[in-house]
Amino acid sequence: MGMVGQSLERVEDLTLLRGGGRFADDLAEPPGCLHAAFLRAPVAHARIEAVDVSAALALPGVTTVITGADIARETKPFLSGVKVDAPQFPLAVDRVRYVGEPVAIVIARDRYRAEDALELIDVRYEPLAAVIDPEIAAGDDAPLLHNDAGHNVLHERRFRYGDPQTAFAEAAHVVETTVRYPRNSCTPIETFVVLAEHRPGEDTYEVTANFQGPYTLHTVMARALKVAGNRLRLRTPPDSGGSFGVKQAVFPYVVALGIAAKLAGRPVKWVEDRLEHLAAATSATNRVTTIRAALDGQGRITALDYDQLEDCGAYLRAPEPATLYRMHGNMTGAYQIDNLAIHNRVVVTNKTPTGLMRGFGGPQVYFALERLVDLAATRLALDPMELRRRNLIPGEAMPFTTTPGAVLDSGDYAATLAKAVREGGLEELKQRRTAARAEGRLYGIGYAAVVEPSISNMGYITTLLTPQQRQRAGAKNGALATATVSFDPSGAVTVAVSSVPQGQGHRTVLAQVVADELGIDPGDVVTVTDHDTLKDPWSIASGNYSSRFAGAVAGAAKLAAERLAKRMKAIAAPDLNVPIGDVELVDGLARSISNPDNVIALVRVAAKAHWSPLSIPEDAGAGLRETAFWVGRELREPDEQDRVNSSGAYGFIFDYCGLEVDPADGSIRIDRYVTAHDAGRLLNPALADGQIRGGFAHGLGAALLEELAYAPDGSFLSGTFADYCPPTASELPELMILHDQSPSPFTPTGAKGLGEGNCMSTPVCIANAVADAIGKPVLTLPLTRPRVLELLGESEPADPSPPRPAIITSSGNGHALKGNGSHIVPASPEEVWAVILDPDHLAALIPGCHNLERTGENAYRAEATLGAGPVKGRFTASVTLRDLDPPRALQLSGSAAGGLGTATGQGEIRLTPVEGGTRVDYFYAVLISGKVAAVGGRLLDGTARGVINQIFTRLADSSQSQTEPKTETMPSLRSRLPRWLGGAP
Amino acid sequence: MRYLTADAKHPVRFILNDQPVEGNAEPRLLLTDFLRREIGLTGTHVGCEHGVCGACTVRIDGASTRACLVYAVQAEGRSVETVERLAVNGDLNDLQRAFRRHHALQCGFCTPGILMSLSQLIDEEPTADEARVREVLSGHICRCTGYHGIIAAALDVLAERQAGRHV
Repeated sequence: MGMVGQSLERVEDLTLLRGGGRFADDLAEPPGCLHAAFLRAPVAHARIEAVDVSAALALPGVTTVITGADIARETKPFLSGVKVDAPQFPLAVDRVRYVGEPVAIVIARDRYRAEDALELIDVRYEPLAAVIDPEIAAGDDAPLLHNDAGHNVLHERRFRYGDPQTAFAEAAHVVETTVRYPRNSCTPIETFVVLAEHRPGEDTYEVTANFQGPYTLHTVMARALKVAGNRLRLRTPPDSGGSFGVKQAVFPYVVALGIAAKLAGRPVKWVEDRLEHLAAATSATNRVTTIRAALDGQGRITALDYDQLEDCGAYLRAPEPATLYRMHGNMTGAYQIDNLAIHNRVVVTNKTPTGLMRGFGGPQVYFALERLVDLAATRLALDPMELRRRNLIPGEAMPFTTTPGAVLDSGDYAATLAKAVREGGLEELKQRRTAARAEGRLYGIGYAAVVEPSISNMGYITTLLTPQQRQRAGAKNGALATATVSFDPSGAVTVAVSSVPQGQGHRTVLAQVVADELGIDPGDVVTVTDHDTLKDPWSIASGNYSSRFAGAVAGAAKLAAERLAKRMKAIAAPDLNVPIGDVELVDGLARSISNPDNVIALVRVAAKAHWSPLSIPEDAGAGLRETAFWVGRELREPDEQDRVNSSGAYGFIFDYCGLEVDPADGSIRIDRYVTAHDAGRLLNPALADGQIRGGFAHGLGAALLEELAYAPDGSFLSGTFADYCPPTASELPELMILHDQSPSPFTPTGAKGLGEGNCMSTPVCIANAVADAIGKPVLTLPLTRPRVLELLGESEPADPSPPRPAIITSSGNGHALKGNGSHIVPASPEEVWAVILDPDHLAALIPGCHNLERTGENAYRAEATLGAGPVKGRFTASVTLRDLDPPRALQLSGSAAGGLGTATGQGEIRLTPVEGGTRVDYFYAVLISGKVAAVGGRLLDGTARGVINQIFTRLADSSQSQTEPKTETMPSLRSRLPRWLGGAP
Repeated sequence: MRYLTADAKHPVRFILNDQPVEGNAEPRLLLTDFLRREIGLTGTHVGCEHGVCGACTVRIDGASTRACLVYAVQAEGRSVETVERLAVNGDLNDLQRAFRRHHALQCGFCTPGILMSLSQLIDEEPTADEARVREVLSGHICRCTGYHGIIAAALDVLAERQAGRHV
């Protein structure tokens, strides 16, 4: 029996389970290796007026500080998919355009020291208006991100297939909706790692990075470094701690670290931290889609019209705007729809640049399309599943060319849907819904039908060009994959591929594929998964993305192994004394088919080829190594009508789920989730299910939990895993997986990709079920508890203690911090007043205060180090006192700035004589942005309370020491401390 | 209590995977960095450095602990176990074998921390049920597997040990 199709245990696990993986940060560092840390923008949009690095450079252990000026001199801006005047460098040059944008690099003997020095860099920013809403950014009077581009909309194209206008005019029904897909990210647990060396003699860069491809970006990196491709030697480590598309976005750091190594004259390493990753690595695009469908009286969709506004963040970073075009050929989903209109716009906003992300373009498209199908069903009073069934592309039509040009390779969608309904127990869910509703509970069922593309056509992105522009630029097409299979002199088989696995089990599956072709035990095959651009075969499409492994990469390995098998047979045939056609490879033997006793061990055949190359048939060739390139013949460039077969293979998914919404707290309990896939031939079913479960977890996170959130001023609010919440084992329901297997006629293995599908189907399936449960449209995600309550018409409980005065009426900008309280201090109001107005005395009361000086009448400047949650930093604050009414009241206002961000605020203090001393009442309202808002938002209120309590504790202690005689007549201050500490509101 | 100066390196000695180890650490050096960079055991991974993802989990005197939230100097005199301790005489232990059997890992980056937490659970709560396994596992983020295989593996080992088939 063949090994392909069996659920073999993974060879990878033997090492990984022992902690023996070789991830990027586990590899040996060269002698003298230095470590880098990045200074990042605390504000979303500002002009950089000055950068003073002198104090940082003076810190012992710091060797080099690199700023935008260095980068502008040493590099060229990155190429992107659209030719516009919006250049991006790996460091901000004269302007920052998103929170977290790199501004400077410190290189020091260790990371701790480098981070110390970040605090000492003084950057003067001139703030500019920020825009984070794509619809506002697309307006003509919005703040401009790139002045030379002249507009924030950097790309716009309209497409028309068939005659949508007539179809809409003649439609029995037209339905329309506008949905907003949010920003999220798959956040691999291993962050970016880059280790760079520069060899000045030959101006060559050698970089190891956990890059995942596509290797189109190698060209982008080499160009930015101003060297030919062969002078950027890029290596990837043997293991990668997940990627899901994300590690495409390490590429700007490859360039940054290359320059760092060059300027430092030493190897330099950088390991991204989690805050950097969440704030500034990459994101899925957020997209606003207005979608319309025309339907006839029978519920057949006759036309679709998309208006897509794609938000790519602050820069169009390669390969963007690919997210918008990846689905182009299959924009009609799983349905036969003859007329289609698409209006695409790409806008820049003051947010992190976007990039590859599991599902890439699919979640955004299907959230619109499959929500619309549900709305259409409601309008036509049809069962949503029935409406889908009526529109599915019929199985007998396969391979089927869609209206925008995808060649759907295989599948019987209706059969897979029927199987899901039958085996997943849909009827049972419907009964549960009926029963739940009878009890007044909110139970809903949602569906999603999805075509899952895999193996991206390297030419799909050129659909954004006009046919004339494409003609000038030259055709781009195909999806080159490469694999090398060899027998060594001992007869052992090694496989190497130009893919960079991130946990998918490539080594196991390649061993299965190659073992079948060569008639050997997969356990004897060794697969190499680290890659070196100078020594290993590769091409632009290389890498691990667009679910291209099972079809394209394993396919190339199959082709290479087939060729090698043919040559092994040619070498063995004379020794077996039979014609080549009578030789088969099985159980480690070359064997005569007609006389199975006539055998020769493959080990001997291989040894002969190496030791006696003159003794083997000439047509068997020399050297037992085969490198195969698989092209993807069906992947033509877009045609003159803008039709494009954007992917090499297309799977089908039908999902449904039953869930219940709790109106008390807005929580969602998923009762059952069924996902039925047809991804062609399954090479290793257990690994396939693992991919589906992983994709489902990402889809569930996107539906319910995950959002990279920004305040309207561009402050980033999701800087930790406590703010950005990937699902844990407590949130994930059981998943029922069903399979059909309609082999792809277009891939060598018959396999299609399947790891991304549930990122496309699950968010909208859950949204549809919630809409069904609550009877209201769901137009954005994630469906967090507050959002569900909002949909139900229930707001969050009002803040029980609104600040007095209400300076901040909304928490729209950054993080709003507000509070009030009162403390009894065992001293007279006059004494307390004197302390508050005495800089030296006051400085001693403020925790972490280094320096406090009077800068004018009632004006002070303070330097202090404060921490909130995981971050700590130095601030410089300016405070002005007003309306002084000694010794009764004063108002204060001020601002603070530091490496962690900025704050502005106001407050009031009132002193009232009471028995035993003075009651100090205070209130404050502060707006905070920057890093501290991103990572400490949840903790700031508690932190502020802690700081204030410390101030009063010290005030009490100091009053006690100043007013020694009184203490005898007063209760012990220490005994009152606990009450104070808990005493704030 | 030892008095440590911030700028100096201080000797740190503890038992690591049954063997005494020593090295030098500034007071602010995290245990993760000490294990990985000073000792050279890279099985303990760093995923968030703020105590949420759980990838860096080790056991200190038997208790699962985020090594990213512990300073190396705090390990002084303690017994620390990392993922490298789990294999028995070079062979995967029962939990590791169950992970492989149930495809409980993909990229394997979060796995060492999860193995350490589940090891403590299995050692200390032999009758733990699925809800308890999920609860313990909620202290970890795995982005690859959806946790299905991990839960199955843990339950499998709990059942095996209950049945006395522990190797």
